[in-house]
Amino acid sequence: MSFATAGKYLRPAQVRVGLVLLALMLLFTFLGPLFAPHQPNGIIGTPYAEPGGGLAFGADTVGRDVLSRVLWGGYQLVWMSVLAALLGVVVGAGIGLLAAFRGGILETLLMRLMDVLLAFPGVLLALLFVSMLGPSKPLLVLLVAVGHLPGVARVTRGAVFPVLEREHVSWARAVGLPARTILARELLPNVMSPVLVEFGVRLMWSVGTIASLSYLGYGIQPPTADWGEMISSNRSALGIQSLAVLAPIACVALFTIGGNLVSEGVSRVIARSEGRA
Amino acid sequence: MVANAEPIIESRPVPRVLRWLGMRVLFGVLTLFLVSVLIFLATEALPGDVARIVLGTNATPEKLAAVRVQLGLDQTLVAQYWHWLRGVLTGDLGTSLINHYPVGELLAGRLLNSLVLGVFALVLILPLSLLTGMLAARLRDRFYDKTLLGSSMIANALPDFVIGTVLAALFGTTLFHVLPPVALIPPGDLPWWHPADLVLPIAAMVIMGVAYLSRLVRVAFIDVLQSEYIQQAVLNGLSMRRILFRHALPNALGPITPAASLVAAYSLAGLIVVENVFSYPGIGTALVDAVGNHDLPIVQAIVLFMAAAFYVLNTLADVLANRTRRRR
Repeated sequence: MSFATAGKYLRPAQVRVGLVLLALMLLFTFLGPLFAPHQPNGIIGTPYAEPGGGLAFGADTVGRDVLSRVLWGGYQLVWMSVLAALLGVVVGAGIGLLAAFRGGILETLLMRLMDVLLAFPGVLLALLFVSMLGPSKPLLVLLVAVGHLPGVARVTRGAVFPVLEREHVSWARAVGLPARTILARELLPNVMSPVLVEFGVRLMWSVGTIASLSYLGYGIQPPTADWGEMISSNRSALGIQSLAVLAPIACVALFTIGGNLVSEGVSRVIARSEGRA
Repeated sequence: MVANAEPIIESRPVPRVLRWLGMRVLFGVLTLFLVSVLIFLATEALPGDVARIVLGTNATPEKLAAVRVQLGLDQTLVAQYWHWLRGVLTGDLGTSLINHYPVGELLAGRLLNSLVLGVFALVLILPLSLLTGMLAARLRDRFYDKTLLGSSMIANALPDFVIGTVLAALFGTTLFHVLPPVALIPPGDLPWWHPADLVLPIAAMVIMGVAYLSRLVRVAFIDVLQSEYIQQAVLNGLSMRRILFRHALPNALGPITPAASLVAAYSLAGLIVVENVFSYPGIGTALVDAVGNHDLPIVQAIVLFMAAAFYVLNTLADVLANRTRRRR
């Protein structure tokens, strides 16, 4: 992708706002722990202590500093989400490319397999496996990534077809140019933009899914500071210590809204340029 | 007459649409079979002693042996799967490992509660999305349109549990104490006996559904309103209301119908989280509880039901979308 095409995607204000929001949230997530005034798991106040007196955001249900836990609370979530999105997009795009390029029985097999996975929306696949294997972090990353496969494979396969139909590509295949060359020279550059958009969408979905799982009790496990877990464990205290719930909610919301702004803006640019072509 | 008529019908080729539908159904059954295999493998064939996971580390050998027999762990994998599938197909979902009641009995009331929640939500989502989306298309780029686009973008981005918790915070605990933040529906009661308990869960699902569907309605209407014959109708001086409802609506419904089916599918998935936010006694809360208790027969039954329903609704959306594409 050249700078010119990248600039094209940056033109809508929506995309720029979203990128700034995402960058700020990433900084917050990864630098936040450095600025935490207390240990995230240290009990330093009375339960439900209101904001003030050294605790800017008050204390949670067991008397831990809410501010410190909010600052720590995205670290695991975002790392796991990035890994899950990366794994899901790379493998999913590989499956889509392979299916479209090879065709035949392999394509049918792969896409039917994707249909099977497609039947497990959102947290369902993770809940199914966690019921027996328990919520370990590598397992969660793997399950969320597997959940991304069908969507990514479908999008990639759809993006490859029009390229395969171009005259010089079908000519290259006919004269027996190695598949590797066709993949690298023709297919990859053309599927790059939709795959990048998919990565943005999937990153946001990963954050949503893993946070939801943590909220349900089967994601990141207590006592690890985590936004989803904080929202669920402090919910009973919403009336007396609302910051313990609202602060992590704001964090999750800003993250997913930023991601959505970018992916929506970029896909609109792609749709418009395809409409023109 | 009848004997003569038969060959004529047979000699006609099977309509392409029917053959295509037949293939879809065949693939659908095959996919659902594989879905059931995956569910079975995920819950029973993974490494580890299922009986020990279910009973905990303090279980006596006698109890472990009893659970192994109950789960059929002493048989081969294929025999176990066949036993389970035959049970599912004949309506026998097994018994709960926790309280030993039949799964079907335990889940019937829960399923009804979930269906009430889902159906009420859908009944509100469809007309609301049509109205808000149509209005946005009509007032394109004006304040209302931009507000709808902005707020639906935000609602679309938020995870289900965030929307639910914010609603509970606003109307149940912090600002207004008008609605119960937790749905207390005793077993045996019908959900509509407790309308106040239903409001917030339904509202959460409606917000998510309308945020998604109204944007698609808007785009569909903008497309239709730009078409030549609508422009002609405008030039002929027909009233805008007449144009919108009598002329544009039937044409816009084509692309909207598959999307509505998708909304139904995703509402089903959203049930898991929304029910848990409001402790609503449906199959979503039952599933999350069962996962914590390692109550495998319940997990299997609910996941199988949800996956099958989700797949069917998704395929329906696909078929409907294909139909509109063929017509064009």
